[in-house]
Amino acid sequence: MGTADVEAVWRIESARIVAALTRFTGDFGLAEDAAQEAVAEALVSWPLASPANPAGWLMATARRRAIDAIRRRTALQDRYALLATDPAVDEEIDPDRIDDDVLALMFVSCHPVLSPEARVALTLRVVGGLSSEEIARAFLVPVPTVQARITRAKKTIAAAGVPFELPPAGERRERLGGVLSVLYVIFTEGSTATSGDRLLRPDVAYEAIRLTRTLAALQPDEPEVHGLLALCELTAARFPARTGPDGSPILLEDQDRRRWDFSATRRGLAALAKASTRGLGPYGLQAAIAATHASAPSVEATDWDRIVVLYEVLGRVAPSPVVELNRAVAVAMASGPAQALAIVDELIALDRLPGSHLVPTVRGELLARLGRRPEARAELELAARLCANQRERSVLLRKAAALG
Amino acid sequence: MPKYLLIMRGTDESNAAMMASIEEGIARTRLFIEEMMKAGVLLGAEGLDDPGQGAVVDFSGEAPVVTDGPYGETKELFGGFFLLDVASKQEAVEWAKRVPAAPGSKIEIRRVPGEDEVPQDSTVQR
Repeated sequence: MGTADVEAVWRIESARIVAALTRFTGDFGLAEDAAQEAVAEALVSWPLASPANPAGWLMATARRRAIDAIRRRTALQDRYALLATDPAVDEEIDPDRIDDDVLALMFVSCHPVLSPEARVALTLRVVGGLSSEEIARAFLVPVPTVQARITRAKKTIAAAGVPFELPPAGERRERLGGVLSVLYVIFTEGSTATSGDRLLRPDVAYEAIRLTRTLAALQPDEPEVHGLLALCELTAARFPARTGPDGSPILLEDQDRRRWDFSATRRGLAALAKASTRGLGPYGLQAAIAATHASAPSVEATDWDRIVVLYEVLGRVAPSPVVELNRAVAVAMASGPAQALAIVDELIALDRLPGSHLVPTVRGELLARLGRRPEARAELELAARLCANQRERSVLLRKAAALG
Repeated sequence: MPKYLLIMRGTDESNAAMMASIEEGIARTRLFIEEMMKAGVLLGAEGLDDPGQGAVVDFSGEAPVVTDGPYGETKELFGGFFLLDVASKQEAVEWAKRVPAAPGSKIEIRRVPGEDEVPQDSTVQR
């Protein structure tokens, strides 16, 4: 077995191993270290001799490394005595318990004591089974930065005494919201890269979708989990049509809708149906908007009135200037650019999105549609100066130049 | 991301072995499906009915010819599939090794190319 085989087994097993070991040792940081040591050993020994049961091998090795680590900690003698009784035996994983433990692992990785960057890194590492190198590639940061974030995160969790358990009922909904926002951040990084020279990084988006599916399987009664899954699937369905052969972005109105991934759309609509049984939350509403696009044959034939209503509801449930800006775009399509411009100008008057390239982008488009070309051009040039994604920036400059 | 199809190929013997303890087989398959769902990789799974209940449409001649029953003389019969969304072929292989398949059967692993690998030439019929 080669490196790729080890990585494959690790991706399938990592969350379960770290979860089971955390339960077993009560120490998340130690469990994660032990699991990493086991993978490192597998990378050396599996190419020489493939184990008959790779998953069991990883679990047993990680467990031994955890015991070794505990042995080194003299302060934990009592726990060592408990563990040392049978260090070589594989513990059967109890399927009922492991589900809760994997879920607890997600809650720990997304714990509010951690910085947002640390939550993302830890979730991808311990729940997603990605290496520091893979995470660094996904977020375009140096590998040592990722390693430092993870090390610091583990210390923070230990220092804060974060328990390895599902959050109490009173905090559950809020903490689940925290997990969802981490998954959404990961997805967004893949669907609209905040920096770099590529618009889409489908492999990053894929990790988020996969983790969201896991969460949906573990928390099937939470509508917003299905809402987020629907949003991710429906957004990813458009990926094949969103960039040209040279990687340049293709806007919604110019996309060849035949290239949309039909099966991803179908999965997204199925998830949305599950989300909408008890009223839609912010993710479900965004998914409903994406679903409206998904079922439209063209931009002109899109039910923009419905999209305007959905943005209005979203603006009440989860008020944000970005939602307002999107509502303005929908209003422009439903009722014309003049009404939309009023919404954008109000955002600017209240300075709700300072420094964002999105406001001048939309304002420039609206002015262009109103025939106010010099003003439109100035706005698009401003947007290009503010935009950090090179691909988006060149589109903005092209549009500005076309306005003469 | 590439998808992989795990195609179950049974023989008469493996199918008979499976039918001998069908309830256990169904329970194990159900658990396996749950495991794949919890890993976020399962996109679809179906088991197929007895090939004798099927039909074959043959395009060798000018008009399609329909015959009842299984296809040709083949010894290994397509019995069902799992469609997976995984990061690598190795991961598809790793899942395939965990399928509670009957002794004597085989699993064929085939990659489903992504939309971005399909030719974009407008002359291609889609």
